Amino acid sequence: MKIGIVCPYSWDMPGGVQQHIRDLSEALIDEGHEVSVISPADDDTPLPPYVVGAGRAVPVPYNGSVARLSFGFLSVSRVRRWVKEGGFDVLHVHEPAVPSLSLLACWVASGPIVATVHTAIPRSRALVSFYPVLRTALEKINGRIAVSEAARTTLVEHLGGDAVVIPNGVATRRYRKADPLPGWPGKGGAIGFLGRLDEPRKGLSVLLKAFEILGPQRPGLRLLVAGPSGDAADVLNRVPAGLRDRVVLLGQVSEEDKVRVLHSVDVFCSPNTGGESFGIVTAEAMAAGVPIVASDIEAFRQVLRGGEAGELFATGDPADLARTAGRLLDDASRRSQLSAAALAAVADYDWSVVARDVFSVYETVVLGSTQAAVTALSDGFP
Amino acid sequence: MITDCVSIVAAALLIGVYVSWRAGRIDRLHARVEMARAALDVTLLRRSSVALELATSGLLDPATSLLLAGAVHGARSGDRPRDLAESDLTRALRAAFSQPGFRSSLNAKEGADELLAEVEAAAHQVYLARKFYNDVVAATRDARRRPLARVLRLSGRAKAPEFFEMDDSLAAEKTSASLGL
Repeated sequence: MKIGIVCPYSWDMPGGVQQHIRDLSEALIDEGHEVSVISPADDDTPLPPYVVGAGRAVPVPYNGSVARLSFGFLSVSRVRRWVKEGGFDVLHVHEPAVPSLSLLACWVASGPIVATVHTAIPRSRALVSFYPVLRTALEKINGRIAVSEAARTTLVEHLGGDAVVIPNGVATRRYRKADPLPGWPGKGGAIGFLGRLDEPRKGLSVLLKAFEILGPQRPGLRLLVAGPSGDAADVLNRVPAGLRDRVVLLGQVSEEDKVRVLHSVDVFCSPNTGGESFGIVTAEAMAAGVPIVASDIEAFRQVLRGGEAGELFATGDPADLARTAGRLLDDASRRSQLSAAALAAVADYDWSVVARDVFSVYETVVLGSTQAAVTALSDGFP
Repeated sequence: MITDCVSIVAAALLIGVYVSWRAGRIDRLHARVEMARAALDVTLLRRSSVALELATSGLLDPATSLLLAGAVHGARSGDRPRDLAESDLTRALRAAFSQPGFRSSLNAKEGADELLAEVEAAAHQVYLARKFYNDVVAATRDARRRPLARVLRLSGRAKAPEFFEMDDSLAAEKTSASLGL
């Protein structure tokens, strides 16, 4: 089958959606399908052979933070050309309600369209008041996928209709084995964090506060933090001076180093305060077999099987995080128990399993469509 | 003796008149701050309503429209500090306006030129109103800081007015730098 996939965010930025698209595309290609992905990308970014660049994404404020998106009439014509030349049997757009390429693709294309919604966001009035503009584009979607129950709820509330839940996949074999970074985890134990430092919903500040409690009690304990963006000095300033040398910031790390980070800590922490619909990073930590402490948000409760495959703490509560993580650091047998449970739970999320589920949505949509293939609507606004 | 008394009374009177003039000036400055603030509010509201009109006009692609509508909503909702939310609206407008060939892509469309001109005029008025507001705030803060005003508490219970800082330029070259990217 010829499949066209649309990525709304810049390919060169690390992110859950981009990674999802990469792994899904590769799993589909492994199954023998023909896949083309269109994505915003800087001109000098090396792209995998199946990705077509749609030009540089522009940083704009969106939804309370700065996102790099593709919009405007130039992007419209690039997407239109890609659809026209692609001759796809099915078009798969990601995050169609984000003002970027996916929304534009829905707008210019006609035929079998599948959409995946990733983010769980509270009902947004901007979106609702804008429903008529979105509706024309989004009504063309024949099959909807949500990556979690939370994302499904968002989609149903925003746009009505329903969606099948197909959770994110994890390329589990990539995470299974790696050498710890030199000197880690160390005798006093180590807690790990992966994620953007400056995105409040990722919850780094909750973890830093918890470390303020744990650090003085446990003289050898260290914190290993890896993630893009944010000012290292700014992060360290939030830690009391006496603890600063025990907080190690790696900045942005490569994929390989990310796996090594996961293997370098005794406990991995996902302190997100919300806005997460699946928590790919948490699932990757599970695939690495690290014992996990995660905030008790719906997405994590689900992937951690209600606490069976990782400890949950009260969301946003540093004291509870400190208690939970402390208990885990002291209990080696509980840690190996959690590690085994996480490895077992994450097998359900492997990409080979997930890609087959996604493909059966494609087949269903193609069967139900009046049009045999995806075509581009003519120039001018539909 | 009598001349001494007269000159003391005259001096006291002069000082009294001067102090009351100074207090009156501070009072008038505070009133001007309020008026300038009201004017600034009006220009900000006008700008966001024209931006919303542009977003819903059907002239733009849905992605740009949605970005603008989201920014207008953010500026109105009060979820974030006003200066940040209004700066976000500036950045969203700038992102739309600074696309290469943006204007020529809309040339053929009816009403496009007028609407774009209106958005730019509204944005320029925000710039002017904010400048005037900050000028009078500076003058007021300066008058309040003078020793006489401080010692005699000439500004009474009125709070010191705050500057209103925001990103208000639609000029393209500031895009990356002002976002800190």
